[in-house]
Amino acid sequence: MTQDFKVVGSRPPLVDSWKKVTGQAVYGDDVRFPNTLICRLLRSTQPHARILRIDTSRAAAMPGVRAVVTGADAPARFGVLPISQDEEAMATDKVRYIGDIVAAVAADDEAAAAAAVDAIEVVYEKLPEYFTTAEGLDPVEEPIHAWTVDGSNVQKRVDQHFGDMDGALEQAAVKPRAFFDFIGVGHAFTEPHAVTAVPEADGRLSLYTPTQVPHYVHRALAKVLDMPLHRVRVFRTAVGGGFGGKSDPFPHEMCACLLARRTQQPVRLTFDLEEIFLTNRGRHPGTYDVQVAFDEHGRMLGLDAAAIIDGGAFASFGVVTTYYNGVLSQGPYKIPNFRYSGRRVYTNKAPCGAMRGHGAVNARYAIESVIDMAAEELRIDPIELRLRNVLEPYSKTTNEFRITSNGIRECLERVRDETGWQGKKGKLPLGKGIGVACGFFISGSALPIHKTRTPQSTVHLQIDIYGGITAHSQGAEIGQGSDTVIAIAVAEVLGVPLDFVRVRSEDSDTAPLDLGAYSSRGCFMIGNAAREAALVIRDKLARAAERLTGHAAGDFDFRDAEVFARSDASVRVSYFEALTEALADNGALIAKGWYQSPRMGGTFKGAGAGLAPAYSFSACIAEVDVDLETGLVKCTAMALAHDCGRALNRLAVEGQIEGCMHMGLGQALLEEMRYDRGRITNPNLLDYKILGPFETPDMKVIIVESEDKEGPFGGKEAGEGPLICVLPALGNALYDAVGYRSRQLPVRPERVFEHLRKLRRAEAGMSKTWGATGR
Amino acid sequence: MSKTLVTLHVNERAYEVAVRPQDTLALALRDGCGLTGTKVGCDLGTCGCCTVLVDGRPVLGCLTLALEVEGRRIETIEGLAGAERLHPVQKAFAECGGSQCGYCTPGFVMTSVALLRTNGAPSRDEIKEAIAGNLCRCTGYAKIVDAVEQAATELRQAGNEASPTTDAHRSGGSNDARLQGRRQPATARR
Ligand code: FES
Ligand code: FES
Repeated sequence: MTQDFKVVGSRPPLVDSWKKVTGQAVYGDDVRFPNTLICRLLRSTQPHARILRIDTSRAAAMPGVRAVVTGADAPARFGVLPISQDEEAMATDKVRYIGDIVAAVAADDEAAAAAAVDAIEVVYEKLPEYFTTAEGLDPVEEPIHAWTVDGSNVQKRVDQHFGDMDGALEQAAVKPRAFFDFIGVGHAFTEPHAVTAVPEADGRLSLYTPTQVPHYVHRALAKVLDMPLHRVRVFRTAVGGGFGGKSDPFPHEMCACLLARRTQQPVRLTFDLEEIFLTNRGRHPGTYDVQVAFDEHGRMLGLDAAAIIDGGAFASFGVVTTYYNGVLSQGPYKIPNFRYSGRRVYTNKAPCGAMRGHGAVNARYAIESVIDMAAEELRIDPIELRLRNVLEPYSKTTNEFRITSNGIRECLERVRDETGWQGKKGKLPLGKGIGVACGFFISGSALPIHKTRTPQSTVHLQIDIYGGITAHSQGAEIGQGSDTVIAIAVAEVLGVPLDFVRVRSEDSDTAPLDLGAYSSRGCFMIGNAAREAALVIRDKLARAAERLTGHAAGDFDFRDAEVFARSDASVRVSYFEALTEALADNGALIAKGWYQSPRMGGTFKGAGAGLAPAYSFSACIAEVDVDLETGLVKCTAMALAHDCGRALNRLAVEGQIEGCMHMGLGQALLEEMRYDRGRITNPNLLDYKILGPFETPDMKVIIVESEDKEGPFGGKEAGEGPLICVLPALGNALYDAVGYRSRQLPVRPERVFEHLRKLRRAEAGMSKTWGATGR
Repeated sequence: MSKTLVTLHVNERAYEVAVRPQDTLALALRDGCGLTGTKVGCDLGTCGCCTVLVDGRPVLGCLTLALEVEGRRIETIEGLAGAERLHPVQKAFAECGGSQCGYCTPGFVMTSVALLRTNGAPSRDEIKEAIAGNLCRCTGYAKIVDAVEQAATELRQAGNEASPTTDAHRSGGSNDARLQGRRQPATARR
């Protein structure tokens, strides 16, 4: 598929960035309607308690208060996954975490709303509180939800076994095993949740919300509000960062809508930052017990893993997370024998959900760490060991994932060659180290969340006499560049400049269905749908050109706003001439393109989890500098090669990869959600630190293009996959630097320090000595 | 609580806004003036999303009271473009990929504009220093630094940029300790 593209592969600014640099973009809290009420929420102060009584009468009678609602006003349960609908707009019988919504108030202004919230009286009866997964594995006195496994707090169990794991372990020459402990992290997007619900004059209800998943919000609203789907409208505002943190339908969205319907006035609700931390949905904390088996030649024989993840109080995406912790370990290596047990356990803390690299990040840290341990035992270079085991392009994993394009080999070779790995690995002085790791991710979940034969992405195009092309799609632009992917696909196919295309992806009244921005599905699915739609238009224009020139339609090519014959360059009409002819006696050109994943995968239970029409691959090399006095770890340089099939927009792909390095390093080095008996103790950006410009290392981005046969122009995802290899590369570099294997993330300087102290005592026996650093 | 009518001079226009004593500049700009381009991320002085310029100096709109800046010269993201073109900093943020979700962008752009008025050729480290009070969760900062560099080059080539403000700034400007003290990196090492 060697083609010379005009737009694809260039570096255009994101099409929506102009309104972002001018302040014109309208985010959640920027939505302004006349006569708007302000909503505030009453949140639970208890981690686990029965609600005996809620008295809203005093609040409702206060000046300026227009309505107060409680759980009784909308008891229907919802959730992003149909199989685990365990959320309510507001708690009905009991509260399950500190922050659970108990009541919602709409008032004339913020002060009145806040005063009314304070005036609501709730009487709780305390229930046994569960803050750890360990205490929830067996039957408990008061399960957090009624439908847990055998009266425990276990929400989901996954057990998979392929091949003969015990046999693999028996045959193994080396079989390192380690136990890892991961602390939870949050998305820390910069825009707090903020929504406006608007009762329309015709009795419909609109919700303006910065969401990654307008379609799932739409479904949940209809269910909770008990309104038909066509009476609900979801308008996605600009989204100030998502990373998975805006990919659930949320209780607060329900509350705003209930209040708007009740008062027949627009209702605006904006979280303060503490509420963002209070309600979380971030990456699951958890443990990972993993053993890997290699033969003496460094061939991987098997992987044995057990994950226990802490789901917090609600299911969210948790069923998927439980699977992903296992199934996304199936690449990028060929693993003939595989055993996995996963448990997701409810606790009385804020719910966890999907976060960039969903389900694959912590597991990958553990796996790439034990692979490094194996390399050391086998005395094989860690990159060489990985190269010996990578999956081949157009192959299959043991759990029957269909692998298509696969650039993992090139990723590894290029990070190796472009960082001077050979001269550094094992050769750096004490305190300095280099480490490598690989990653693997889905390029869009092949299975829709709801069983349906409606395509996963549809794009409509419309062109009128003005010549501009309007693309309608519900693809959720969240800063990752999905609107730009649509524009690029259309402009490329029709041979027009990018600014001919404008994308309308906000309004469910005009946008054809798209499942949203999760599972890194946008580029592959929306990109393909947009390309298909543009091909239909192109065909219409080619036939118009045929009518004008008498030359066969099939021979026309489109470039620089011209339609010209490939076989005879003198036969050409302008884009506008062709368009005018195509519109004659016909009216505006319209076309539709859609994408649906092909059928694939095995037939065993859980075979659908992790299936994707393509997978992305990556490899990362991190270099660290450890302060030998304090144990502080600094990442000094990072190189990351990512196979995204083809970079449709190189600027955006680089940006995604850099953002992944930043976020991955944050989790590895700094970030943690700290809880004390169910109460988060660092709910702000001073105590929950993300990396600033000085802590972010020099980042080298290497784009590998394996040209996927089914991807749009060969493209695959680049938004999540690159994050996954960042953390283990850092961990392996730390080990190389000081011989300390961090079995917990984030890396705590005090533990590194403790290790260094032991090292100092045992100084004589070390190959790297303190002398090397001049001490 | 009763409100006071203040006149805010924003982007060379006078706005009469009724504010309570505790209302922040960010709130007054957004709700009082209808200038929602200034963003509020944390409302706690940690993210820099709310950065605007007061007398040419970057301040946090969420930590500045509307009452304290009455009569001062306020600049927001909405006031940068002019003469039928974007400000070079705005253009560079788009062209270099310095803006993804864009929520942090107005704050970064204002901070960068202030930097480039006082330092026309900043090094990458000086740029990082200047933006250290702004957090971005999307970009990893590299392309933001690229953008500021590109804008600096463009401004140098254009040979000027509003030197009157530069001079006002250099000659002292405000003595307000809070305004001067904002350059605390939000991510000071633990
Ligand atoms: S909103 Fe002002 S610093 Fe975050
Ligand atoms: S672009 Fe999203 S936070 Fe900076």
